[in-house]
Amino acid sequence: MTSLANYLIISAILFSIGAAGVLFRRNAIIIFMCIELMLNAVNLTLIAFSQFLGEQSGQVLVFFVMTVAAAEAAVGLAIVIAIYRNKETVHIDDLNLLKG
Amino acid sequence: MVTRKNAVSSALLLVVTFCFLAGIYLTLQAQFLAVVQVAVYAGAIMVLVLFVIMLLNLKEERFSLTGNWKTLLGVLGVGAICAQVIAIILLSKDKIPQTISPKAAVQGTVESVGMMLYQTYAFPFEMASLVLITAAVGAIVLAKKKLQ
Amino acid sequence: MKELIPYITLAPLAGFAINGLLGWRFKNKQIAGIIATLAVTVSFVIACGLFSEMMAAEPEHRAVHYKLMDWIAVGNVNVGISYLIDQLSIIFILVITGVGALIHLYSMGYMKGDPGYARFFTYLNLFIVMMLQLVMADNYLLTFLGWEGVGLCSYLLIGFWYEEVKNGDAAKKAFIVNRIGDFGFLVAMGVMLAAFGTLNYAEVASSAASLGAGASVLTVITMMLFLGCTGKSAQIPLFVWLPDAMAGPTPVSALIHAATMVTSGIYLVARSNMLFALSPTTLTVISIVAVCTALLAAIMALFQNDIKKVLAYSTVSQLGFMFLGLGVGAFTAGVFHVLTHAFFKACLFLGSGAVIHAMHHEQDMQKMGGLKKYLPVTFWTFLIATIAIAGIPPFAGFFSKDEILWKAFSQGSPFLWAFGAIAALMTAFYMFRAVYLTFFGKERFDAHHHPPHEVGASMSIPLIVLAVLSMGAGLLGVPEILGGSEKLHHWLEPVLGRGEEIAASSLGSHGEGLEIPLMIVSVVIALIGILIATRYYKQRTTLAQNERKLGGLYKLSYNKFYVDEIYDAAIVQPTYAASNSFLYKVVDVKIIDGIVNGLASTAGVFSSLMRKLQTGLVQNYAVMIVIGIVVLIGYVLIF
Repeated sequence: MTSLANYLIISAILFSIGAAGVLFRRNAIIIFMCIELMLNAVNLTLIAFSQFLGEQSGQVLVFFVMTVAAAEAAVGLAIVIAIYRNKETVHIDDLNLLKG
Repeated sequence: MVTRKNAVSSALLLVVTFCFLAGIYLTLQAQFLAVVQVAVYAGAIMVLVLFVIMLLNLKEERFSLTGNWKTLLGVLGVGAICAQVIAIILLSKDKIPQTISPKAAVQGTVESVGMMLYQTYAFPFEMASLVLITAAVGAIVLAKKKLQ
Repeated sequence: MKELIPYITLAPLAGFAINGLLGWRFKNKQIAGIIATLAVTVSFVIACGLFSEMMAAEPEHRAVHYKLMDWIAVGNVNVGISYLIDQLSIIFILVITGVGALIHLYSMGYMKGDPGYARFFTYLNLFIVMMLQLVMADNYLLTFLGWEGVGLCSYLLIGFWYEEVKNGDAAKKAFIVNRIGDFGFLVAMGVMLAAFGTLNYAEVASSAASLGAGASVLTVITMMLFLGCTGKSAQIPLFVWLPDAMAGPTPVSALIHAATMVTSGIYLVARSNMLFALSPTTLTVISIVAVCTALLAAIMALFQNDIKKVLAYSTVSQLGFMFLGLGVGAFTAGVFHVLTHAFFKACLFLGSGAVIHAMHHEQDMQKMGGLKKYLPVTFWTFLIATIAIAGIPPFAGFFSKDEILWKAFSQGSPFLWAFGAIAALMTAFYMFRAVYLTFFGKERFDAHHHPPHEVGASMSIPLIVLAVLSMGAGLLGVPEILGGSEKLHHWLEPVLGRGEEIAASSLGSHGEGLEIPLMIVSVVIALIGILIATRYYKQRTTLAQNERKLGGLYKLSYNKFYVDEIYDAAIVQPTYAASNSFLYKVVDVKIIDGIVNGLASTAGVFSSLMRKLQTGLVQNYAVMIVIGIVVLIGYVLIF
């Protein structure tokens, strides 16, 4: 039987990989996938706690996280397409409109 | 997955990761979410991502871990966070539940998750559908309109 | 009926919303007027239903309390949007909605063709909502809401024709002067909260009663409330706005500046009768201020040539009478006069509106004359209302005014009576002067090119109804000594009775048996006033010369005692000078601007350093977040 701590450690590692990807990758779509990975790490934590504590709300929350992730995927990819049309690139070093 | 230069191989590796995660869910006796994980994440979302990658026909990406001191700092920071969190988990190992709850097998089923969704969380559930429809409409608008 | 209470205010509110949001889109502009009039009529019908239900109930069970919702609940203070419909408020509700509906109907004719037609009815409906809020509230704060609301509507309506600077100035004047009074109301509420911890009428009254008569806190509260009343109800020293308020359309003058809003001060005092009865000092102040106002305004009205100005000063004077009644502890008499005054003054204003309408917006009485044969309906209704205000029995004004004068004599002093009587004499004089100048004598205008035309049905019906009421309303309060039953007194007894008893016991009563002689004296006085007016104005055509012979008095009266000029020199100019030389040039430019500019340039220096951090690359920001998280978790781990 795997202990709760092991699940949490896996989750932490997955989350960190995702976060690192967000930080050093330059392709907007890859960054996007990394964010999905981070969300999944959180989901894993939620399910693990839910099952170990016997509290079902955690799983419902995961369900909602997935819903939001799906919505986010749709909108996020649409934005990527829109940006690509506009700037012919999804390389985020070229996207610095936030600079005043 | 994060180190592949080719976006397509990145995406395919992510699909594999999601499938493994679904397996982990199964070991946790969360059958319903495991299936949803495969269907929604590994299936729907990643297919969408792959479509976009193909649509944009991207060149190989140039990036390096050490190219920029800020990036390096960030990656090191993430590593530090990971270490810290694992430290916290290990430190508090004795305070968290040691064994899986006896209710786990029951509450992972479609039936019980569905009951919870449609009873206790009926209103948030409806709101979630609203979020989805908004996202769908928003995506269409964003992707369709020619930005000037 | 109880569940219909909120609809009394909601109906005009709906009218306000519809006209305000959609009014500009109506193809047929008349629709706005119809909606507004219907809305007020609905309120009136509901109020009538409530009234008949109250009539059927036992006197002790007539008051209805209706809580709509909580409003402000902080600590021990709980102020609700809750209504108290009792014998006092139902009278005011009936007057407001009844007279209001008539004036709405009248306005449909009067405002026809005005570009702001829908806007006018929007404001008018909002006014009705606010006024009802004022009288239906069961606590001071909700009354204050209405109090401010009617002030706002008054401002909007005085400045309704805002294209002209003088109308805008009049509106501002009304608003600012009213604010001074509102300040008093606010202070009074603050003291009430501090002293009693509540703003509910009933609770404040019972707490006040337990303090006993003459408590200084009561004096402070009542004086401050009265300051509020001097603003809203145009008493000395804050009456200056009311004559200028005539810049608004005439129906507005009738509704707001004669029949309803200006009487809200009387309502407030009557509603707080317990507090005022327990504070003899304030009562004395009120009666002195009131009688001075009545007299001064009457003198000012003597030689005005603008027909609406005459009525405006007459309103101020009549309000003085009402407050005189309140000041000598005769709360019922004050309310009674509010009731009768609402009818005849509304009738007079609407009549003057008809005249102005007929004369193509000419308000100068010197350019009128002989209108009797052109405007028969207007003439007769105007005459009836004039007789009523002059105080000739059995018209309405006689009973209410005479009761006030009698109470001023018996519970006040002969001086109060004497001054009041002189004011009554002048009232009779200037009102008949106005009638003669307007409707009798030669035509002093070009009748051939612009023949005056009688008003249409929507304007004449309200005139007739109000004239009938001006004749008959007095019968509600025929004194017992003349064999009447004083219906109004018995009706209001549960609300005002206790306060009147307390006031009467502290003020004392004298002059037993003089009631009938005094009554005769006041009738004779009114007749004298009418006779003087007849003697000098009935046939004369050259007026100004005769009046100028009076010299000083004429000048003082014509120039309104120079009150506006005195206020300007004593208050406005010094304020302006101080603002300009000290507040503006020193405080504002040097200190305030200095601080602000200093802060801005300091921030500028720091931000020029910080801006280097903003690269525009989201990933760099994410790095910052990561570092922040590392620090935070590290902190948790270590400590």
